[in-house]
Amino acid sequence: MEIFGVPTQALFGQLLIGLINGSFYALLSLGLAVIFGLLNIINFTHGAQYMMGAFCAYFLLTKAGVGYWWALAIAPVAIGALGVVIERLMLKQLYELDHLYGLLLTFGLALIIQGLFRNEFGSSGQPYAMPAELSGGHNLGFMFLPNYRAWVIVASLVVCLGTWFVIEKTKLGSYLRAATENPSLVQAFGINVPRMITLTYGFGVGLAALAGVMAAPIYQVSPQMGADLIIVVFAVVVIGGMGSIMGAIVTGFGLGLIEGLTKVFYPEASNTVIFIIMAIVLLFRPAGLFGTPK
Amino acid sequence: MAATSQNISVTAPLASAEARRQRIGFVVMVAILLVAPFVVYPVFLMKVMCFALFACAFNLLIGFGGLLSFGHSMFLGTAGYICAHAAKEWGFPPELAIVTGTAASAALGLITGLLAIRRQGIYFAMITLALAQMLFFFYLQTPFTHGEDGIQSVPRGTLFGVIDLTSVWAMYFTVLAIFLGGFLAIYRAIHSPFGQVLKAIRENEPRAVSLGYSADRYKLLAFILSATFSGLAGATKAIVFQLASLTDVHWSMSGEVVLMTLLGGLGTVFGPVVGALIIVAMENYLSPFGAWVTIAQGAIFVACVLTFRRGIVGELAARFGSKGNG
Repeated sequence: MEIFGVPTQALFGQLLIGLINGSFYALLSLGLAVIFGLLNIINFTHGAQYMMGAFCAYFLLTKAGVGYWWALAIAPVAIGALGVVIERLMLKQLYELDHLYGLLLTFGLALIIQGLFRNEFGSSGQPYAMPAELSGGHNLGFMFLPNYRAWVIVASLVVCLGTWFVIEKTKLGSYLRAATENPSLVQAFGINVPRMITLTYGFGVGLAALAGVMAAPIYQVSPQMGADLIIVVFAVVVIGGMGSIMGAIVTGFGLGLIEGLTKVFYPEASNTVIFIIMAIVLLFRPAGLFGTPK
Repeated sequence: MAATSQNISVTAPLASAEARRQRIGFVVMVAILLVAPFVVYPVFLMKVMCFALFACAFNLLIGFGGLLSFGHSMFLGTAGYICAHAAKEWGFPPELAIVTGTAASAALGLITGLLAIRRQGIYFAMITLALAQMLFFFYLQTPFTHGEDGIQSVPRGTLFGVIDLTSVWAMYFTVLAIFLGGFLAIYRAIHSPFGQVLKAIRENEPRAVSLGYSADRYKLLAFILSATFSGLAGATKAIVFQLASLTDVHWSMSGEVVLMTLLGGLGTVFGPVVGALIIVAMENYLSPFGAWVTIAQGAIFVACVLTFRRGIVGELAARFGSKGNG
């Protein structure tokens, strides 16, 4: 069977890869958006923290024999805790300054972290075994769906929508949104805003680490795995606009799909299509698809 | 209005003292660059001058326009590729190859600038980074760049048909002339009315707009100027090293130029030169140790942001009583 001269197997296969990539774009851009909302910094270390999440799972498995499911819980907490330390020790000093200093600091941290891991592990990737429960797959008739990939898409959707629900629909989320609008007023109402900022950064970093654990069985675990990905995620963030949580999720999945389709119909542009879309969006809606112009 | 006129009367003598200091600094720099090749390996110095020009061009944008570009590698690399291709495949003489490469970067600056200046601050940084990454993939795939190999053994040729650039000395003084020319041109741009308006926009954009300045036009012009001089640096570098490769268009190169300028001092005249010297020297020294170069770069970033945001030259100028523009 063919659609537009492309075998359906190949088409759905690429769409699936697109959805997988989209899951990671969504998780990572969501973390960036949450952090940006409250801290007003773009977390350049996000890619390195994603990589550390994957390495954390790898260490747990190879050094301690702790499997995938526990890693899914431990890695985000551990890397998130590291994030909290970074926020307390360094980022905290920069809130009064130009936001660009936050970008420069986190870029420097990313270089340090990636350099340290590259010293230790070289540039080659380490394989991470797929959890036994999720190996194999289902034949859906029109395509073969590996169980693990289905799990990644569903899990990331659940995490994204859960985050959206907490931020948009709960009391905790309303504090958070209020602090984004006017931190000093919220502080005056007796809410500990600095602590909220710290925890928010930890949570955003935890999301990146979670994405890293989920990515470990699909891509290999390597020191550079986050470096190029984060640039694509930046483009995703520019396209979506950082104003809206739902915007980050929709744009992430949508761009993953578009990238997958490009791989089928015009493979030469598959690396660049997201950047081209970014340029077009900037021409017609400079604030991003879901952003509000300032 | 009273405050403004007062400001002028206060800053006028300061400005002339500053100008004197900068003239002394310039003479010292030229003297060092004239003597240095007899003491230090000239190829190293040429590398430093190329990167110093690149950092000065970058500084024009961040230090005076307040625009942090995280994609400046695209201008360095594009000019390098076009210049190398022109010299090798089209047989252009070096001066024409360099002009062609520089013009290509200027054109790229116009296109990317039109897109990037539509957003400010952090978004501006992310957009320039993404555009540079797009060009990286383009150069990775397009055949004329020869992918991972790069354009190798680019002929240095004969400058103006008389000076044979294969001699290290001829090459050195050509690079010195290009560097000083670029440096002075950037200095001139910064201290012209154009530079003053640019500073005004950086300090308070709505106010500059309300005074009748078209902020976007000034920003775009600054962006194109910065791209052009970055291109000049990249094209010269391609002739000196007879090579144009993916390294120069990679995002880590964009990070490096930010680091040089930050370390030397954002918005200072000599800071980018000092920063380029230190970073290039460090890379030469640490290159046998692999990823330690990256770690050291990251550590300098963190140290600069947390402890001396004015950079080396900025801190020195502040210590000796200048307003930090030394």
